[in-house]
Amino acid sequence: MAAHRSCRPVWLFILCSFSLFIIAGSQETTVAPEQHASVLDNPQTAAETAEQTAGESGGVEERRWEGTEVRDAAAQKQAEPAVLQPTPQPKDDFQEELVVRPLHSGDIYASFQFRTLWETDFMRGNKVSHYRLFPKSLGQVISKFSVRELHISFTQGYWRTMQWGQPYLPSPPGAELWVWFQDSVTDVDATWKELTNVLSGIFCASLNFIDSTNTVQPSASFKPLGIGNVTDHRFLRYATLPREIVCTENLTPWKKLLPCGSKVTVFVSLFISQKDTFGIHLCVNAASFSFCVLMYSCCSLQAGLAVLLKSEKLFHSSFHSQAVHIRPVCQDWQCKTTSWELRQTLNVVFDLHNSGQGKREWSLFKMFSRTLTEACPLASSSKIYIDITDNPEGEQFELSPATSLLSQAMVLGDRRTFSVYDLTQQDTFGSVRSLNLLIRWKSTEGDMLRPLLHAERYVAGYGLQTGEIHTLMYNHHPYRSFPVLQLDSVPWYLRLYIHTLTVTSKGKDNKPSYIHYQPSKDRVRPHLLEMLVQLPPNSVTEVTVQFERALLKWTEYTPDPNHGFYVGSSVISSLVPSTVAMDTNSTRERPLFSSFFPCKEESSYFVRVYTEPLLVNLPTPDFSMPYNVICLTCTVVAVGYGSLYNLLTRSFQIEEPSPGLAKRIANVIRKMRGVPPL
Amino acid sequence: MGLLSDPNRRRALINLLTRLNAPICGMPVEWLVKTMQARGLEVYTQRFSRTLPFPDENKERYMVKGTNVYGILRAPRAPRTEALVLSAPCTPGDNNNQAVGLLLGLAQYFRNQIYWAKDIIFLVNDHDLIGMQAWLEGYHHTNTTGMDWSPLQGRGGSIQAALSLELSSDVVTSMDLVLEGLNGQLPNLDLANLFYAFCQKIGVLCTIQGKLQRNDWDSVSGYSHAVQTMMLMVMKQASGRPWGDHGLFLRYHIEAATIKGINSFRQYKTDATTIGRLLEGMYRKLNNLLERLHQSYFFYLMPSLSHFVSIGYYMPAFGLLAVILLLRALDLWVQLATPPPTTEDGIADIDPGVLSVLTPLVISHLTGAALYMLPIRFQEMAVEHFPVSETEAVVLTAIAVYTAGLALPHNTHRLLSGEGTEQGWRVLKLVALLYLAVLLGCTALINFSLGFILALTLVPGAAFVTPHVPKVLSAFVLVILSPACTLLFSVFFFQELQEMPVSFLDGWLLYLSVISQGILDHFLYGSLVYPLIALLVYPCWLLFWNILFWK
Repeated sequence: MAAHRSCRPVWLFILCSFSLFIIAGSQETTVAPEQHASVLDNPQTAAETAEQTAGESGGVEERRWEGTEVRDAAAQKQAEPAVLQPTPQPKDDFQEELVVRPLHSGDIYASFQFRTLWETDFMRGNKVSHYRLFPKSLGQVISKFSVRELHISFTQGYWRTMQWGQPYLPSPPGAELWVWFQDSVTDVDATWKELTNVLSGIFCASLNFIDSTNTVQPSASFKPLGIGNVTDHRFLRYATLPREIVCTENLTPWKKLLPCGSKVTVFVSLFISQKDTFGIHLCVNAASFSFCVLMYSCCSLQAGLAVLLKSEKLFHSSFHSQAVHIRPVCQDWQCKTTSWELRQTLNVVFDLHNSGQGKREWSLFKMFSRTLTEACPLASSSKIYIDITDNPEGEQFELSPATSLLSQAMVLGDRRTFSVYDLTQQDTFGSVRSLNLLIRWKSTEGDMLRPLLHAERYVAGYGLQTGEIHTLMYNHHPYRSFPVLQLDSVPWYLRLYIHTLTVTSKGKDNKPSYIHYQPSKDRVRPHLLEMLVQLPPNSVTEVTVQFERALLKWTEYTPDPNHGFYVGSSVISSLVPSTVAMDTNSTRERPLFSSFFPCKEESSYFVRVYTEPLLVNLPTPDFSMPYNVICLTCTVVAVGYGSLYNLLTRSFQIEEPSPGLAKRIANVIRKMRGVPPL
Repeated sequence: MGLLSDPNRRRALINLLTRLNAPICGMPVEWLVKTMQARGLEVYTQRFSRTLPFPDENKERYMVKGTNVYGILRAPRAPRTEALVLSAPCTPGDNNNQAVGLLLGLAQYFRNQIYWAKDIIFLVNDHDLIGMQAWLEGYHHTNTTGMDWSPLQGRGGSIQAALSLELSSDVVTSMDLVLEGLNGQLPNLDLANLFYAFCQKIGVLCTIQGKLQRNDWDSVSGYSHAVQTMMLMVMKQASGRPWGDHGLFLRYHIEAATIKGINSFRQYKTDATTIGRLLEGMYRKLNNLLERLHQSYFFYLMPSLSHFVSIGYYMPAFGLLAVILLLRALDLWVQLATPPPTTEDGIADIDPGVLSVLTPLVISHLTGAALYMLPIRFQEMAVEHFPVSETEAVVLTAIAVYTAGLALPHNTHRLLSGEGTEQGWRVLKLVALLYLAVLLGCTALINFSLGFILALTLVPGAAFVTPHVPKVLSAFVLVILSPACTLLFSVFFFQELQEMPVSFLDGWLLYLSVISQGILDHFLYGSLVYPLIALLVYPCWLLFWNILFWK
């Protein structure tokens, strides 16, 4: 209610400014956007909309393939200079998309990606001070700490690979941070320490607990994802905080980094980028102009996909993960100059069972308690993809409103088909001016999947002295073996007996071809174990290593020592043979010339799997006993000290001795007798 | 609590329960898997097989093969680090159908809630304790008893607490809490407190040892009732066997208890929904815990559900008994240290002294080892030569070895070192006293009840026995106070406490089955009572027997 009331003067203000604006230069405002739109829009989609209307009138639905994203982006790239020519400032670009994948188990997976590209160079001498779409806080971090690549993720929950398949962007439970520094950094550890503290402030998370005892330098598992050929792992730092609990206080700062994520930015951007008056373009088309302006200003408090990011729904889910990835990327195909890419992702899985009483249906409104009414005005592209690969004929679920726009992409070694909703197109929102996607399940099945690569980990044994860490890695590929890189970072208080390390698959010893082991130092650094293991086809590979539980000093215990101590997820990175390459018997109709050799791009794909973190109990003293001892000692000391102090400081004086009992009785008797007392 | 408030859920639960009245047990694995999957759980199975060392006549099983079914309810946004377990044994016949039905009903209800912070594992275990043992060993990837099991596929991290549910009949009038686990281990007292608090809140009659709590503590009958309850707990704990499926969890430092539904034909009946509410409440409480239960006592005896005797109160009683041994030992030490009046044969005394201590020690321990090994080894031979079953053969062999041990050591000793000297038996008794004191002290620390009962019977004999006391009477007393007879009396005493007195013949049969069960417990679950008695207590007692027949 308070928000609504505060909105009202702002509406009025906007209304006034818009009306003034329109009166002053109505010619410009109405024509420019249309040009803009016509240049920007794919000719294909334009043709399609025409055809769609024709199709609807004919009652026949015809599906069309959208150009692949690369072409789309290229088209935009070509189009952009024409539009943005007058602006001398560094070019930046913002795209947003939401991928919704109905999962095999009946749950639903929503993945947001927001990408900001900026053609600038933080590292050069000139200080970058003018920020438009790129968040200033992160830009300053990049330039101050000479960061080349930064990946940070906050995750609440564990990705259930067996039910959900592979995620688009994997992340371990808790917080994960890995950073490549520029090779100009001299003291990497100090910079890292400072950086974690700054990030802790930015993301409102306890990243300041990252110190040398949980930081490692992996030698092979984490390669730079952006351009650049420096792979000296001295400049890499990796740390996880498996205990980090992610909640709204982490979501809010993350959302504020989005150009359309918070209220203030939208207003400012509205007035700054007058060329981009997409909203007015909408309104002119609408019947009632003033109403529309009101509506626009109202909903532009947040615009685009960011409208859906409401914490009360996002945290009412089975899995929640938010991440920020910053990396340098090529600006064009020649790669002469680099630009910085900021990719903000948010992945949520909504539970099938928790929502409806037996009704199996999902809608944007049900998931996020909001519907979409427009794209972010600052975004060059704003799309929703619905994965309909498993549902080619609509037998699994029903999607409404239906769209004729389809797209295909290679995702995780599999060719997936998506229905696409382009939010920059007005007719996406239909006559009600709001988009509420609805998925209604028809079948009810939720079997286990068999993802090609899958891993789990647990602690074996009992008692508080020793234990054994078992890591199981499943290769479900029927005939291909592939190598995986396993990274384990174990805190020092679990003393690994590395001589007990065994790797077995199918009952036989499986010797790792590469082992990088860095022993721990008590209270200084953790164990780091990296191994390259070949997983035989259709097998389970078991890695076991025994450990001893150390007895900590009593100040080193956490406030809740009986909860246990966390060991971060182990990271398994691999190039997994693709499922498309798997079907060699070519049941699908393909030209013969294309089907003999497996296609290079499709033959394997990169997968990173995180195992579950471990909770290990260490021998814990009974902390109530020291408490008792302290109380008792304090009492004894207080009593002893008090009496001794009393004795030492009191000045003793000889007092007139009071008359004895006999004398007093005698006096009483004498008084009764009338004789003067003694 | 939401379970009762929603009429739909209530109806669903009742439907399920009535459907389950048809016999389903004997583990309908496929049905269970399908039903659990329909309730939105991740379902896994585990196969196991075990051949018992000899047939178990009580439960009529020898080659055991079974399948455990368990479904994991994954807590939303929890990283699979902690779990709670709710288990119901599915025995052949339809003994525990209600429990399995309630478990499934709860699974369905729990699945739709969002407040879970720990994974909840719903386990239906086959062949009660053997299945539970297989599952726990599989979960923790240990193998302490040589069982064959298939490895588990799904896990939920470290298990924080577990409850096992047994409902023997459709009609439940009260809920009984069973705490005694393997080797006399007990769960944290807070688990019992939690149960009691929720029973009070919901208004369910709750008992411990099958005995209701009485309010008249001051009266003699009230006091004796409490003593009776506590003695039952002492006897059960001393037996060292798991008294419910929860008992095996305790080895893994998982707080666990069994909740039994009892039909004692009272007026007041409790329906399944109420039990469901009770369990829901307990699980929500356990779910909310940040740490494992650790604040309260692990060593206690309970005269009623709301009262306990802490280790600080009962340990002095044992300490006083053990002090007798130490004082006797000190006395002997002083006697040995003072130079004997006749110094000329002092040197001659010492040499046989060392040997006279060592020989009986070795011989009595060898007898103990024989008592531990022979019954299982010789069962086939015994079955061939005598008209007995395997189980009887094992028990009778054990008794035979035990009795033979009485005759063996002192004779050999006499043959070896001739006439025992005065100095010799004193040294032997000193050693035996210290041995017994250490043994009882350690036992009482691990399993107080066992240590206390052993101390009660062994200490008097150990204190008074010398070669100079009247032989026949002392021998009789010593035999009466020997471990085997203690066990026999305990069987009768236990029956008396349970208000189910037995005749001598029935008692003897019960005694035999208790011995076989004790041996089985050791081989199946790793209970330590049988090896403790056979390898340590019995040889120690033989030393005193030896002293009696020193001359």
